[in-house]
Amino acid sequence: MSQTLKNLYPLVIIAVVLGVILNLAAVLVWVERRLLAVWQDRYGPNRVGPFGLLQPLADSIKLFLKEDWIPPFADKPVFVLAPAIIVVTALLSFAVIPFAPGFVVADLNIGLLFLLAMSSLGVYSVVLAGWASNNKYSLLGGIRASAQMLSYEVFMGLSMLGVVIIAGSFRLTDIVEAQRKLWFVIPQFPGFVLFLIAGVAEARRLPFDLAEAESELIAGFHSEYSSMKFGMFFVGEYIGVTLISTAISLLYFGGWLGPFLPGPVWFAIKTMAFICFFILLRAAMPRPRFDQLMLWGWKFMLPLALVNLLATGAVVLALS
Amino acid sequence: MLIVFYIAAAVAVLATTVAITRNNAVHALLYMIVSLLAVAVIFYVIGAPFIAALELIIYAGAIMVLFLFVVMMLNIGEHATDVETAWLKPGVWAWPSGLATLLLLELFYVAAHAAPPTGPMHAVTPKEIGISLFGPYAIGVELASLLLMAGLVGAYHLGRRTSKEEEERNDASTYGRRTVFGSDVVRTGSDRTSHAA
Repeated sequence: MSQTLKNLYPLVIIAVVLGVILNLAAVLVWVERRLLAVWQDRYGPNRVGPFGLLQPLADSIKLFLKEDWIPPFADKPVFVLAPAIIVVTALLSFAVIPFAPGFVVADLNIGLLFLLAMSSLGVYSVVLAGWASNNKYSLLGGIRASAQMLSYEVFMGLSMLGVVIIAGSFRLTDIVEAQRKLWFVIPQFPGFVLFLIAGVAEARRLPFDLAEAESELIAGFHSEYSSMKFGMFFVGEYIGVTLISTAISLLYFGGWLGPFLPGPVWFAIKTMAFICFFILLRAAMPRPRFDQLMLWGWKFMLPLALVNLLATGAVVLALS
Repeated sequence: MLIVFYIAAAVAVLATTVAITRNNAVHALLYMIVSLLAVAVIFYVIGAPFIAALELIIYAGAIMVLFLFVVMMLNIGEHATDVETAWLKPGVWAWPSGLATLLLLELFYVAAHAAPPTGPMHAVTPKEIGISLFGPYAIGVELASLLLMAGLVGAYHLGRRTSKEEEERNDASTYGRRTVFGSDVVRTGSDRTSHAA
């Protein structure tokens, strides 16, 4: 009996994680709109249910009931595949995220690399959507997305390597445990800032949402999408934001570590704080020009990430 | 784990075959990516998780995106598919298939005659790979970095900005053809070429 229960345990974790993440993605739409409203001195959605809390439900019913239209000029199989990729890769990444000691689907010894791999596979969604739509604006969005993600992924990986050097492991559980004395945000502050910026670019959130810049590209790569296919991009984006926030709190803010409260609560608090930061960023920052974005990435962020890596390695070597 | 290996291997072979025979470049690339994912699974199953992760990050996540980027930049449409169809006549397949069959026969021969690897399987951790890369194989790493440096210099040479005179010449020819309405018309190109990047 206990053996059966033990075998079922990962399935339970998967069910809980999927339930929480997917619902969170829906609720984040409401959170974002309400928070933006607060910062812009207005109310935001407050009609459906108490405090407008049922707004996500109304939105998703609306999305499901819209006409699901595929343009006749689109490349149909790729067009249908693209929105699935973003949700699948984002959800797969949560397989290696430890929410509390022992509460993890797969505690891989390459956990951090798996996270990187999934986020780099997520690019295909945007790129293929832009290409398959067979629309000039979508194609431009897709090209922008691929160039942006390629360049920002490079120093995203390099910036988190500082943490790996100090913790001595790619396993996320080990990385959190290594922060018992000191959160990595203090010795790895430059790495944290770089990772944060790369994370925003990776999640394609403002100010780095040039792939869908509505003022110039209509809606960029998802211009042609409607109904729940569009909804998938929406959900994928919010799962991406959640993922980057969990990664930041795991790598730099000690994950579940914290006094008084139980571990998962700390983890949730830290993650929510970063999600709110993402939303504040959207309310506060203008969008850069695309060439400025690339210039900034390659000529400033990449050398900085390399210097950070070099310095961290030298200090660790000197202390050991 | 053996069954996982066989399924992944079958997917890899199938996806690669389809990738070769597709006429549409983007569809072929997609099958290529599936093949790479399958190979990553194989690496993981036979005890090389680090290589599996690198396969995903570097090949599937970066190089293939670059390929896709180029295909999208060229934006070849129906025409390219027609050309490809015209090129891939059955006769074209004869030589490659013959050579591949030769290799396959060799593989069968080796598989039938060589002794299977003995001893327990050993999973290689990321740390061991790092130690061997910067220990006994340090020269290999340095040589590879030299090669990459050459590539980098080449890319810089190809992508360097056009010379100042050339830009001025282009500007002049643009202005020459443009009728000036009034005095405060914003001229296209007057700002972008000189300040951007």
